[in-house]
Amino acid sequence: MSTVVIHGEGLGKRYHRGAIQQSTLLRDHLARALKSPLSLFRRPKDETFWALEEVSLEVREGEVLGLIGRNGAGKTTLLKILSRITKPTTGWAEIRGRVGSLLEVGTGFHPELTGRENTFLSGAILGMSKREIERKFDEIVAFAELEKFIDTPVKHYSSGMYVRLAFAVAAHLEPEILLVDEVLAVGDINFQKKCLGKMGDVARAGRTIVLVSHQLNQIRRLCHRVAWIDAASVRQVGNTHEVVSAYEAAMARGERNGHQPERGPAPKARFVRWEIAGPSGEEPHILKTLDTVTLKFTVDIRQPIKAGHYGVALRNHEQQVVWAWETRPLPLDVGERQLCHTFPMLPLRPGLYTWLVALYERGEAIDVWDCLPEMMVATEIFQHPQDQWSGILNIPVSFEIDGR
Amino acid sequence: MVSITQSSVALPLHSGASATVRIEPPHGWLQLRLDEVWAYRELLYFFVWRDVKVRYKQTVVGIAWVVLQPLMTMGVFTLFFGRLAKLPSDGLPYPVFYFSALVPWAYFSTALQSCTSVVVDNQRVITKVYFPRLVLPLSAVVSGLVDFAIGFVVLLVVTSIYGIKPTPAALWLPVLLLLAVLTALGVGLWMSALNALYRDVRYVMPFLVQFWMFASPVAYPSSLVPQRWRWLYGLNPMAGVIDGFRWALTGHGIAPGPLMLASAAAVMVVLLGGLFFFQRMEGTVADRV
Repeated sequence: MSTVVIHGEGLGKRYHRGAIQQSTLLRDHLARALKSPLSLFRRPKDETFWALEEVSLEVREGEVLGLIGRNGAGKTTLLKILSRITKPTTGWAEIRGRVGSLLEVGTGFHPELTGRENTFLSGAILGMSKREIERKFDEIVAFAELEKFIDTPVKHYSSGMYVRLAFAVAAHLEPEILLVDEVLAVGDINFQKKCLGKMGDVARAGRTIVLVSHQLNQIRRLCHRVAWIDAASVRQVGNTHEVVSAYEAAMARGERNGHQPERGPAPKARFVRWEIAGPSGEEPHILKTLDTVTLKFTVDIRQPIKAGHYGVALRNHEQQVVWAWETRPLPLDVGERQLCHTFPMLPLRPGLYTWLVALYERGEAIDVWDCLPEMMVATEIFQHPQDQWSGILNIPVSFEIDGR
Repeated sequence: MVSITQSSVALPLHSGASATVRIEPPHGWLQLRLDEVWAYRELLYFFVWRDVKVRYKQTVVGIAWVVLQPLMTMGVFTLFFGRLAKLPSDGLPYPVFYFSALVPWAYFSTALQSCTSVVVDNQRVITKVYFPRLVLPLSAVVSGLVDFAIGFVVLLVVTSIYGIKPTPAALWLPVLLLLAVLTALGVGLWMSALNALYRDVRYVMPFLVQFWMFASPVAYPSSLVPQRWRWLYGLNPMAGVIDGFRWALTGHGIAPGPLMLASAAAVMVVLLGGLFFFQRMEGTVADRV
């Protein structure tokens, strides 16, 4: 029996909604104090919420634990607590061994520095020593396939090159415990596979990994055990296939978590599933192409509808509506109806998106569904490598100077 | 078999021993984990290395800029404070008088300002990976030393042009520099923690730095300060540092006296308070920036 290397007991994290929305300008606090001097002594109304509540977990040496659950369920918060980026509000955890965390690709990269310099900088920030990086340097560069550009400043890299180098550095971390957040969601699919292979090697080498992912296939392939985090606490933990299947079943039922209102009984019609119908790929909820895409929403009509309004919207993870569309009133017969949309392309920045579909009749909602699971976009990237410039669209563009 | 010890200190990946780390809600004020900072000294080196590299890469003139800046300020001071306002200079040629003050002052003001913004500037890294946050302000005050070294070489050239030879008093220089470093760090720790809480602290900084410069003998000799206010003036550690620099290099002006002990003690109080305040803020900084 191997030893327990991560042991958490009653972990909780409370955020002050106020503290986040409240101004971080001293000026505003002073202005408030001048208007009503007494208010300084009164605590501002504190709206708090628990991002994580009473989470206990045990991870054994050499185990790969997957964390699954909807956006905002608390997976990342748990990872941040375990990697000591933020402190828990309640509970405690003990971690035995050296911890490496990968919560972002390219942590610490500086655009002005060359690939070589960034390799050292990012490696050091992630916890490697100078000697270790020197030893692995050639291997990292070869893994990233960037031998020719290693002395070019990374601001001149394409985003694909940037991501490859960042991954290569991260993939050569050798901690005893590795905490990974969704970082494999970016980058082109071939390189993702390469990284996944590398990570599989690490797992087989007996290292302990805690992995957050929305890609259930990835979770199935890598994890020994899975914890399903739902509405800030652990809903189910155990055997990978059992938990993933339970999660998928809940997703397919269109179940809401604590943050969203339950769907009504909807006697007339109900959306039951959605998928990427074309091009036919292996995973129906992951978009990997910038070519033509066909989306299929299935609605189960139980009573005939004479003039139904069907609407669809796409939201990004910040809940911004990226695109929305509505039909004219249309008749719908009883039975399962397939609503198909074909887009010449969906040039979205990689990440998680939610489709929202709704069916109305005479202004009254018959069914409104936040489609589950979310759509993961994992296409090739044609964006500026820096976050603040990467924008929301991901469009391949040709470029020439003076027609050459 | 590695030995397993329990501590509240996390070690970087590359450190040899495996330890158990306990993660708990923040508690108490009195926790200084300086041993942890020591364990991360290599990261400190890399942050300094990054700052220096980036600074010299981004400007076309590169290192020349570090030399030109205080030289030009010296020119301006010599012209306006010296030739026009005819301020006394303790019997020193104006360029030497001003430059010997501007080199330590330029270090102090840059170090203090970069220390103030260092936590906010590195928020991306702070929210993605753990390391003792104290490494950041430390790197800010250390990386300023590179500019200082360059400025100091130029200073030696300027003094030798005016035929001033170094005396044994120059042995005081490292002590004076250390006092400047600790002052910048002590005040900088408070400011960077406050800046993480209130973003407009950075708007206050230019004013504070300017005020501090006029409260230090950069543009005038401290012999201009009336005798009965000297004690208060002497509490400003930078007054002692700058007077000390002039004296150690040229033999003119005011030698470090007992007042400097008082200001050094004041610096230690500010520094210690700053360390506690900074570490207090450290636990929640990732939630705030």
